[in-house]
Amino acid sequence: MKEFVPAGADLELRGIRKEFPSFTAIENLDLHIPAGEFFALLGPSGCGKTTTLRIIAGLEEPTSGQVLLGGQDITFTKPHERPVNTVFQSYALFPHMSIIENVAFGLRRKKIADPLAKAMDALNMVELGHVAERRPQQLSGGQQQRVALARALVNRPSLLLLDEPLGALDLKLRRQMQIELKAIQMEVGLTFLHVTHDQEEAMDMADTVAVMNKGRIEQMGAPEALYERPKTAFVAKFLGQSNLFVGEIADSSSDSLSISVAGNRISVPKARAEKQAGKIAIGVRPEKVEFHRTEPAAASHLNILGPGSIRDIRFTGVSNQYLIEIPNVGEVTVFAQNVGISPVIELGEKVWVSFKVEHAFGLADLPVGDEE
Amino acid sequence: MGIAFSSSAPKQSGSPLKSGKIVIALMLPGLLYLGMFFMIPLVSLLVTSVETPDASGAIGMYQYSFDLSSYQHVIVDYAPQIGRSFGFAFVATLIALLISYPLAYFVGIRLRSRPLIQKLTLTLVIAPFFISFLLRTIAWKQIFADDSATMNFIRGLLHLDPSVHFLGTPGAVVWGLVYNFIPFMTLPLYTSLERLDLRYLEAAGDLYASPAAVFRKVTLPLTMPGVISGTLLTFIPITGDYVNASRDFLGGPDTSMIGNMVQADFLQNSDYPSASALSAVLMAVILIIVGVYVKRTGTEDLL
Repeated sequence: MKEFVPAGADLELRGIRKEFPSFTAIENLDLHIPAGEFFALLGPSGCGKTTTLRIIAGLEEPTSGQVLLGGQDITFTKPHERPVNTVFQSYALFPHMSIIENVAFGLRRKKIADPLAKAMDALNMVELGHVAERRPQQLSGGQQQRVALARALVNRPSLLLLDEPLGALDLKLRRQMQIELKAIQMEVGLTFLHVTHDQEEAMDMADTVAVMNKGRIEQMGAPEALYERPKTAFVAKFLGQSNLFVGEIADSSSDSLSISVAGNRISVPKARAEKQAGKIAIGVRPEKVEFHRTEPAAASHLNILGPGSIRDIRFTGVSNQYLIEIPNVGEVTVFAQNVGISPVIELGEKVWVSFKVEHAFGLADLPVGDEE
Repeated sequence: MGIAFSSSAPKQSGSPLKSGKIVIALMLPGLLYLGMFFMIPLVSLLVTSVETPDASGAIGMYQYSFDLSSYQHVIVDYAPQIGRSFGFAFVATLIALLISYPLAYFVGIRLRSRPLIQKLTLTLVIAPFFISFLLRTIAWKQIFADDSATMNFIRGLLHLDPSVHFLGTPGAVVWGLVYNFIPFMTLPLYTSLERLDLRYLEAAGDLYASPAAVFRKVTLPLTMPGVISGTLLTFIPITGDYVNASRDFLGGPDTSMIGNMVQADFLQNSDYPSASALSAVLMAVILIIVGVYVKRTGTEDLL
């Protein structure tokens, strides 16, 4: 009788490339996930994130490249020989087995001592001990999801893969599961790789987020860093919302760059700009933007645009979202916190918008439609 | 409240009655069919099986009585045929399963990515049905004839004595049974393998199951409905088959099965009570075997 292998291992992907007959799913992917980290791979559907996960699980073979787990090359190791477990998007609970047998399945295959007792502990951890004898079909979606999680976690894998496991749950249950999942990860200290298209979920749960697009990783980092300084137009738009302004560099000082958009001067600190020459895109998050009924006094630390007019107002509870149309510039989105003292404003009213230069970020590329 | 309740009450008791009449009307053709072509012949068969020869002694004439001696006669005298029927059926069903499962697995799972080839292969499984099975069985008789090229080749290959023959042996009968009934095994197996959700197999592999363990613990249990219906569809008709074991086809003097005895008693000996009793015995044994089988495999809920 064997015992568990001790905790998490680090994962490394080296130059992974995966070609399918009609398209390339992943091109040259390098990734390192330290042991014990909660890592999220975030991207829209079809970006190659699920293929990446399947390659790590051993369900697909990469066309080229290496997968290393704890320093060991497992690129061509069969799935059942990898210390990796997956929580599948469909859960894939075996319909012909009871819940407890589902959870004990991996333990029995590895001939771990006392499989049923360990499976029961895992079920109790996800608070489903009372359904041990039922069949998967008799459980709700949320319960099935927790069983799938218990079935994977009970094996204490070096690496746990989560393939959009919360996708099928309703919002309230999803929030609850996110909190539970994070708590379990902290408790067991395993390496988690979470694949998702839900940016809130990724930012909320992960230590590190990698944003994937068209088979490549666009940007990787802590959620706050990604949000505060997106480096590409894709990340700026996919991870939260952004206002982007595109123009030729008109002026360059020792610590900032400026572009001119329809007569409005927009500056970004040099330290926050990825590209320092030619045509660049400068962005700002909507909650960093304010609007004014009178033209604000020009100041070097302030970017001012306008005048424009209010096109749309949305009340979302905690904040109001304003859409402001500025002639020759485009639409600017402004989030204003609903603290009860925001100015009462009406559609069509004439306003100026402003944001601090220090909140601006310069992108490495240009948004789709503005490319050179 | 009271009014609403009393006015809705007749409706509630009335509607199931109404739909009950419709259901009966819709079931009537089926019930009539079952009554005329199943119940009446069955009762007639059971009645015949307990009849005794006519007092006049005329051949083929019987009168009603309640005489169980026919049962005693067939069970004692036809014991070898009864044993052979179920023995052949068991072996042939097992061989058909061993051949069909890999075939159905290949067509139903491996060929999923190539739907055209999948459909073509499936057509090939059914294709033999386009030719009468009598003709096909006679073809095998030609192939296995003692002086056929095939037999000469096999004897040469295995250095066998020229007197060694295959036709007329239990082996030849089982061969014919497997050949003729294999599509009944393959098609139900294919249906359940083709519907099998491969994500379960992936999940099992992910949970450390080797390919052999994936098959044993997941694939086979999930396709058990196909195995059950395939084996039943093969086993039941084989036990009653009288063509393959017949001396006119692949059988010999010592290969006769229940079907051959029923045929002989009905058509040649005009011994209707014995033929009926033998049919009833066959039916009873099949019912018992199938009942135990389904119970033992624990698949009542899957059927």
